[in-house]
Amino acid sequence: MLEIIAFSLLNGVVYGLLLFMVSSGLTLIFSMMGVLNFAHASMFMLGAYFSYQISRWIGFWPALVIAPLLVGGVGAAVERFGLRHVHRQGHVAEILFTFGLAYLIVEFVVMVWGRNPIENRVPAAIDFPLFTLFGTTYPFYKGLMMAIAVAMFAFLYLAFKRTRLGLIIRAALTHPQMVGALGHDVPRIFVLVFATGSALAGVAGVIGGFAFLTEPSMAQSLGPIVFVVVVVGGMGSISGAFIASMLIGIVQTFAVALDYSLLDLLHTLRVAMPSDSPFYAISSIRIAQVAPLIPYLLLVVMLIVRPRGLLGTRET
Amino acid sequence: MTRDGETDIPRLAPPAALRRWAATRRLWLVAAAVLIVLPFFPGLDSNFGRSLLSQMGIAAIFALSYNLLLGQTGLLSFGHAVYFGLGAYAGIHLMRAINGGLPIPMPLIPIAGAATGLAFGVLFGALTTRRAGVVFALISLGVGELVLAAMRMAQGFSGGEEGITANRSLGPHPFGLTFAPQLQVYYVVAFWALIATVLMVAFLRTPVGRLCNAVRDNPERAEFIGYDPVRIRLIAFSVAAMFAGLAGGLHALNYEIVAADAVGAAQSGTVLLMAYIGGVGTFLGAILGAITITWLQVSLSDYTSAWQLYLGLFFMAAVLFAPGGLAGLLLLHAPLVRKRAWVGVLKAYVIASLPALVMLAGGVTLLEINYRRATQPEVGPRMTLFGVTMDTSTPWPWLVALGLVIVGFYAFRRSWPLVSAAWRRADNAALARSEGGR
Amino acid sequence: MTLVKAAHASTRRALELRDVRKSFGAMQIIRGVSVDIPHGERHAIIGPNGAGKSTLFNLICGRFAPSGGSILLDGEAITAQPPFKINRRGIARSFQVTNIFPRLSVYENIRCSLLWSLGYKYCFWRNVGRLRDANERTERILEAIGMTPKRDAPAGVLTYAEQRALEIGITIAGDPQVILLDEPTAGMSRAETDHAVALIRTVSQGRTLVMVEHDMGVVFDLADRISVLVYGQIIATDVPSRIRANETVQDAYLGSARHA
Repeated sequence: MLEIIAFSLLNGVVYGLLLFMVSSGLTLIFSMMGVLNFAHASMFMLGAYFSYQISRWIGFWPALVIAPLLVGGVGAAVERFGLRHVHRQGHVAEILFTFGLAYLIVEFVVMVWGRNPIENRVPAAIDFPLFTLFGTTYPFYKGLMMAIAVAMFAFLYLAFKRTRLGLIIRAALTHPQMVGALGHDVPRIFVLVFATGSALAGVAGVIGGFAFLTEPSMAQSLGPIVFVVVVVGGMGSISGAFIASMLIGIVQTFAVALDYSLLDLLHTLRVAMPSDSPFYAISSIRIAQVAPLIPYLLLVVMLIVRPRGLLGTRET
Repeated sequence: MTRDGETDIPRLAPPAALRRWAATRRLWLVAAAVLIVLPFFPGLDSNFGRSLLSQMGIAAIFALSYNLLLGQTGLLSFGHAVYFGLGAYAGIHLMRAINGGLPIPMPLIPIAGAATGLAFGVLFGALTTRRAGVVFALISLGVGELVLAAMRMAQGFSGGEEGITANRSLGPHPFGLTFAPQLQVYYVVAFWALIATVLMVAFLRTPVGRLCNAVRDNPERAEFIGYDPVRIRLIAFSVAAMFAGLAGGLHALNYEIVAADAVGAAQSGTVLLMAYIGGVGTFLGAILGAITITWLQVSLSDYTSAWQLYLGLFFMAAVLFAPGGLAGLLLLHAPLVRKRAWVGVLKAYVIASLPALVMLAGGVTLLEINYRRATQPEVGPRMTLFGVTMDTSTPWPWLVALGLVIVGFYAFRRSWPLVSAAWRRADNAALARSEGGR
Repeated sequence: MTLVKAAHASTRRALELRDVRKSFGAMQIIRGVSVDIPHGERHAIIGPNGAGKSTLFNLICGRFAPSGGSILLDGEAITAQPPFKINRRGIARSFQVTNIFPRLSVYENIRCSLLWSLGYKYCFWRNVGRLRDANERTERILEAIGMTPKRDAPAGVLTYAEQRALEIGITIAGDPQVILLDEPTAGMSRAETDHAVALIRTVSQGRTLVMVEHDMGVVFDLADRISVLVYGQIIATDVPSRIRANETVQDAYLGSARHA
């Protein structure tokens, strides 16, 4: 039992940190530009694929640096040549643009690497155990993931709160038009923000790509959850995104480990339920089955009860 | 200033035009007549053609319901397929009951779909329409995922990924109609499509309908004229869900099978695609979008395995260059046609289209080569495109295609001033003609 | 019984503010405003920029909830109710920054604004084109604001002055007993202002009018009484002649205009 709890906690923390890595960039983009970037998880996917390709050509450690830069470049290009023309049409058009972009990125990935999952194995350089607990080893790369995620949080936190650019961005959280009126080159800032956000997702992709099956539909599976994190944590709050990521990561990991259903509970209480009862089907649903739903339940409840999110500064 | 009822103020897809368009009942009769004879047109008078028409009809109702939500009330939803799918499930289960002996004729199935859509629309709408904009869009996404997951889990009700089947010809046969032939199904679809369109147009001309537009334009001001925007949104949402459920019921009737993907994100994405490409905010746009996307989905997949990519590019082009969609483009040219000043512009378009086609041919070739190599490596390096056979293991096809793209793009850019000049001339001619007519 | 009621009615104020306060965070914008406005009065609120005039309107109409105090319409409390409920009781406001329905035609803008007051509420079974009372009243209001020639134009393409006229039209369409106008002549030329004043005088006949204005000419022309709002407090409420002579008012507000 203790073993389950310990590993679920560890894995939950790792998963939560992974979610944070991906969603931090989205929070940045959404807070600053008000753009709900549907293509953000696609940047994560590009990070994974780029890193795979670069690892094969050069090696893993260069890939860790180059792949995010490439993804950042893609982000900059997207903002400069595409999204910029859509801003004046309003938020709906922006969302739709990123929606279509996500679609196209998937097709691009299919075109270059094919539809099947690729062999994105953990490189030998980081594939060794970090420690052993209860007889099962905990790999180093997961520890690396944790370290990078924490570093990201620190970097963003400091950049936001300590630098002048961070000050401008924070002002733009609540008063974007005013910041522009004060003479800052808002379009250039937008490119920088979008590129940085995408690069962060790229870093997450390099590391996190090992945790997931690297295939064209990985963006689709992760995308909605990242939105949940940003919304639940609060639009505009890095700390909120961190808390929400950890919350969802840990809760969902525990839920998956808990393979119990209401029926099991009734059994323990010595209550019998006939198998032809209409409630039998519902009662036999195991918590593990419901686990993937938890983020969405949280999303809907949060949006109804407190659209600002846990620590958000503004609603839209 | 206005000149005898005509204005030189650009039309922004307003209800005024819609009212003029729909006010004459003649139009509905013409539409009905067209729908009646359509399956006998050459090219459409096959089972395939009639099946395509049925699909388009169902898609049109679905897209029109989405137009009601987005175009008329300003609610962007990423989960509209929930009501379509739930309506489809209601339909298929009712069909099974009829298969088992319930004496209800098949053409009434869509009513069950509509009722289900309405019920769930009210239920989910009450929870989610308190906010609009981005928040609403995200809630709709969440609800969509939840319902999809629920459908996947409730195997008994939904049949999971494999779905539930029924037989549309096993039931009462009014007037000897068995509904086995596609032609009969088409007429059921066409009938309901016409009814749905009439009802939706009528709805928009009621006080509530007008307020939907007002709430879309300025929800805050709507409060200050006595209306609760949340209530208006809820009504619009429920009505849109009802018509989506109607389309779902027809979907069940047409395909005789409903699976969990009917409520999924792909279906929601498709209707958004249709509404946007056709033109958000107009009935014509929704119908055009439904027809176009359905046709592309069905026929394009015959020609290329990269059809989803092309669909995506098409969508992006619409978002970037033609936010008014196909309907918007048509309306843009309507004044030209009315003032008979279109000839020059048409000529300019033809001239500009030549380099554009060259560019597109090159681009398509590049995409196709890559796509085939990535997804069908077993087919080998030889492929035939546009009647030309090429060996993709040599650099020639790549170079030629690249060259076409570059040359085509250059020439295309050079042709833009021609188009602008033609437009200016046409505008002046139109102006002169109006003034001369006084 | 009716006589008593009638007597009560004449003593009931159209609009009553009792010690209304509003703070945004630590900033106190309205610091205890009390004023009684009887039926049929034309009341102007003047004051320097930042005094809180628009905020006061927002409080009355429900856009914000007061931090303290109460607001009564015809003797009944309307404090902190949502705007649509307050509007249904017969009070309407115009906006300083034009707040119309840009994609609807001018005709539609007016017609939508009067549907609730005619009792149509959430009706979804009748065609608006066939509602005779709604259409007749819309025509009359279009005439009154002089927008009949532009009735089919989408409101978003009107000129500034036309939009201001439409703004007033939307406000009065629902036949409110109390009309709040927020700087109705802002940005208008002399001729347009005179036109607007004549319009306001006509439509406020027999109704209660509360107006925020900076144009002193308009204020002294139209108002029966004037309240002067400075830093969230009313420093004087009186007839125009006495306000003009009031030294405190001159120092706080009019004085600057005198030296300008």
